[in-house]
Amino acid sequence: MAYRPMLEIVALEKRFGSNTVLKNIDLKVAGGELVFVIGPSGSGKSTMLRCCNRLEEPTSGDIILDGRNIMSGTSRDLNRMRLQVGMVFQGFHLYPHMSVLKNVTLAQRKALKRSKPDADARAMDMLERVGLAHKANAYPAELSGGQQQRVAIARALALDPKVMLFDEPTSALDPELVGSVLKVMKDLKSKGMTMLVVSHEMAFARETADRVVFMDGGVVVEEGKPEEIFGAPKAERTRTFLSRVSS
Amino acid sequence: MDRFLDTFFNPVVMAKYAPDVIGGMGVTLTIAAAVIFAGIGLGLALACLRAYGLTILNFFIICYADIFRSLPPLVLILILYFGFPSIGIRLSGPMVLFVVLSLTLAAFAEEIFWAGFSSVEKGQWEAGIATGLGFTRTLAYVALPQAVRLAMPPLVNRVLAITKMTALGSAIGVAEILSTSTTAQSFSGSATPLTLSVIAYLVIFLPMVVFARWLERNSAWKSR
Amino acid sequence: MDIFLDQFFNLAIMTKVFPLLLKGLWMTVKLCIAVILLGLVGGLFVALGNLSPQRWVRWPTVVYTDVFRALPPLVLLIFIYSGLPFAGIKVSPFTAVVIAFLLNNSSYYAEVYRAGLISVAKGQWEAAASTGLSRSQVLTYVVLPQAVRNVLPDLLSNTVEVVKLTSLASVISLSELLYSADMARSVTYNASPLVLAALFYLVLLWPLVRLVSHFQRRLAA
Repeated sequence: MAYRPMLEIVALEKRFGSNTVLKNIDLKVAGGELVFVIGPSGSGKSTMLRCCNRLEEPTSGDIILDGRNIMSGTSRDLNRMRLQVGMVFQGFHLYPHMSVLKNVTLAQRKALKRSKPDADARAMDMLERVGLAHKANAYPAELSGGQQQRVAIARALALDPKVMLFDEPTSALDPELVGSVLKVMKDLKSKGMTMLVVSHEMAFARETADRVVFMDGGVVVEEGKPEEIFGAPKAERTRTFLSRVSS
Repeated sequence: MDRFLDTFFNPVVMAKYAPDVIGGMGVTLTIAAAVIFAGIGLGLALACLRAYGLTILNFFIICYADIFRSLPPLVLILILYFGFPSIGIRLSGPMVLFVVLSLTLAAFAEEIFWAGFSSVEKGQWEAGIATGLGFTRTLAYVALPQAVRLAMPPLVNRVLAITKMTALGSAIGVAEILSTSTTAQSFSGSATPLTLSVIAYLVIFLPMVVFARWLERNSAWKSR
Repeated sequence: MDIFLDQFFNLAIMTKVFPLLLKGLWMTVKLCIAVILLGLVGGLFVALGNLSPQRWVRWPTVVYTDVFRALPPLVLLIFIYSGLPFAGIKVSPFTAVVIAFLLNNSSYYAEVYRAGLISVAKGQWEAAASTGLSRSQVLTYVVLPQAVRNVLPDLLSNTVEVVKLTSLASVISLSELLYSADMARSVTYNASPLVLAALFYLVLLWPLVRLVSHFQRRLAA
């Protein structure tokens, strides 16, 4: 089978001044695949994720989305590319001055130029999917953290992205609310969404990920199937990290 | 270009009228200093009085602050300067300027200090009173220092805005920067004295603006 | 006491000059509309310049705001109205007022906007950009509404100052409220027209001043 990745990171490098946070990163994510990125804080995993839609500008290297290099092109191309890459943040970042429905329709209307009925219908579908259709007219401040994060997922999904990026989506949540968000992510996976996830939810990774990548010090230390990484890590650094988080 | 320089930067005119404008700077600075002193002092006193929570007194303080924040100072200046002599109160131009600007600054300062008092946590007052300081000493030693710290950035901005209003003195013949330079302008038939006044104001107020900006940013960092 | 009432609250004189002052008030309102709208729009652009990552945009706008906040608006007004004609540039009193106050207000409004814009969390910019909105769309739909809401009391209190500022136009004989009142004063030899003008300003501005205090208290709570 000709293997063409949906998202490909090639020789990615990122420096802040003299500080190199990402060194020569290569990573491929196939269509429908869920790739989990783990590693200690400061390992560069969030920066790598943010380079994938150029919220962080790579110092060098290429990001190839469905066969197209996103590092070239005008700012309009950049906006069009971002429509195809959904992103979910640790801090949700819903727009506090807009209702849930408007949060989900804004980019559909203004960036995708969908008509209002189309955007509303699509938004309601997505809210249904994350179990929050009944909150369409609520404001973000009236929702729990878990609900806000599910709305944020709906906001990204409504744009029909090819890839979804998750940047520690459950780290800011109370423990009892984590499950609802993970359930939505699992559902996405089962529907064939391509996902790149930075998270500390090891149990979830073991259960749902197709592949796990361990990063440390700005490099990919090792990658493999969850049972390989969690069961028999090859690198010493991976072993140390896993023993620390599981204890 | 030459013509432009000659109109706005004529060296002969500059040399001739610079002493007058520098004298005007002295007047501006003197009145500004007096206004700052009196305005902040009165405003602080009123805010402290208001903290005692006496209903009738507070009503008058609030009315005073509202009225003097609503009225353009120039209206008050004209009333005091042209209206008061007819009831036997004759104030000199500088005095009118000082009184009006001080009262205006006091009104704003009262509100700013009061906002500072209001944001001092209730627990601070309770702690002070519980340790036997009594209301007045809690006000003086506990609440006031915290309120003043919070009040500094907006107060500096307001002081700046109101001391700049000393230029209104030119409307009633106070020999401050603007009126000395407009007089010089009509004598010399050149716009250069106006340039001198712009320079004079920048010399005085630009450092204050930069200081206010610095203060605003730094206090924002510290409170976060 | 009688002489006081006669000099400051002379109803006969007030009634007589009322129509004149009303006309002056109309001019004040026109000035306010022009100056406030221009200031609000100009200030936004200056604020965006202030926050620009490009040094050659940022520095000139920072100097602009500092210089025009350092100069008394009356000085700007006199310079434009009496100084520029020496360079062959003649402007009407109305235009002179609008230009002078635009320079002054846009600097003040810019400072308010700037504070508002930096009060909006960076995550809002990023989240909006990640959904494919362009920079100007992010600004218009996501950041600016929040920024304005955060600094609404300051925008409002600045606007009160702008309205008060229009009284300076009387110095260059633009027949707005204060000028009309002062004309009437010099004709009647009585301060009542000035007091009436003061009452007009109070009616216009007291509600706004109350509103500012109300907002500030609500934000503090």
